[in-house]
Amino acid sequence: MLTRRIIPCLDVRDGVVVKGVCFRDHVVVGDIVALAERYRDEGADELVFYDITASPEGRRVDRAWIERVARVIDIPFCVAGGIHDVGAAREILHAGADKISVNSPALGRPGLIDELAAAFGVQCVVVGIDSRLDADGEWRVRRFSGDPSSMQALPRRTLDWIVEVQQRGAGEIVLNCIDADGVRDGYDLKQLCAARALCQVPLVASGGAGTPGHFHAVFAEADADAALAASVFHSGAIAIPDLKRHLAANGVEVRP
Amino acid sequence: MSTPRDVVLVDAGGTNIGSVRYALERLGVHATTSDDGGRIRSASHVILPGVGAAGPGMARLRASGLVDVLRGLRQPVLGVCLGMQLLFEHSEEGDVDCLGVVRGRVRRLVPGGQRRVPHMGWNRLERRRDDALFAGLEPVAHAYFVHGYAAPADASTLASVDYGAPLAAVVRAGNFVGMQFHPERSAAVGARLLANFLAA
Repeated sequence: MLTRRIIPCLDVRDGVVVKGVCFRDHVVVGDIVALAERYRDEGADELVFYDITASPEGRRVDRAWIERVARVIDIPFCVAGGIHDVGAAREILHAGADKISVNSPALGRPGLIDELAAAFGVQCVVVGIDSRLDADGEWRVRRFSGDPSSMQALPRRTLDWIVEVQQRGAGEIVLNCIDADGVRDGYDLKQLCAARALCQVPLVASGGAGTPGHFHAVFAEADADAALAASVFHSGAIAIPDLKRHLAANGVEVRP
Repeated sequence: MSTPRDVVLVDAGGTNIGSVRYALERLGVHATTSDDGGRIRSASHVILPGVGAAGPGMARLRASGLVDVLRGLRQPVLGVCLGMQLLFEHSEEGDVDCLGVVRGRVRRLVPGGQRRVPHMGWNRLERRRDDALFAGLEPVAHAYFVHGYAAPADASTLASVDYGAPLAAVVRAGNFVGMQFHPERSAAVGARLLANFLAA
């Protein structure tokens, strides 16, 4: 049986791992490769690296650290940030990343998803979606959320975008619920359940993890395939081996 | 590795070729990447990595003149992910004839209910036959899968994986071995399987 995945997310800015609250006020939490090794040793199922400054500043991901990570890490990892075309994606995949994730550039030019899927196959193509509840009760996508001064609200409804990116060739969707991010109050189960109902590809929940119970809920109630978190892992508030024991004891299949 | 190995990675355009090379380096083995028939024939072990689609994968092997080279190899050969699918007779992906060194046909995974496609993540290997590849492996072993096509488990299957139906996870036909998952990204389990392949 396919196990549910636990994915630490490492936000990378200027070559180090950082973390903010509600995408603001970033502090340095450590070296990229050292943290990657730590999570591998603790039993993380996969890693995601977001170069959070890449898109608004129009920069590409630096490939040197991707190669360093690929050499030492024996679990899959995904790289996101600043991937605007097939050439940039190819560089990152050839450096050793297993998947690439696109977010803002795909909102600017949705055909990018089709191009990436045609070039590398859907299994390499992850679409990240930053989403927030608007005053009218609709979830809508946000763009350039890595930097509050650049973040844009878009008219596109999150659920419409989830359908469209699958048609275009997304092999996995990471839904980051901005209102829940970094505040450790639990995943946005309502939004994730709505997304799940429309999502035939793997769905990764992101934003809000604070306790092992939050992870259990996102698997048991929102049927997410994977749960992503950052601050609870970086701070040591939740140790991955303890989390996996908690999940297994509560009937969630995980890799021991 | 106690004995020196001359491992050649066949460049079929797969984007995971670097990851496979690094996994071998972690085992102390420095592999050569080549699409030259003579070089491939002279290797002690041949690995066909692969991420991508079957049609372009076979087209690339044909263009490099490698189809008959690979079919004729007598040393241990390992196909990884798409590389394993290319060992079969045919793939529904692009309706393409493959190398045909392992009997069976690769079919599209159809999504439905709990079965999301691609099959992505860590799934448990169910061993069906004993093989030297499994030496020293824990009884419960998970491997990392990412694929949208698969061969149904059958007589050549050494280990299957349950994803709505039993799928071929590890296959063997003589000197040809296939792994549908990514041993290079399957932590200690993957390292053990690669080391056992190279020990043959």
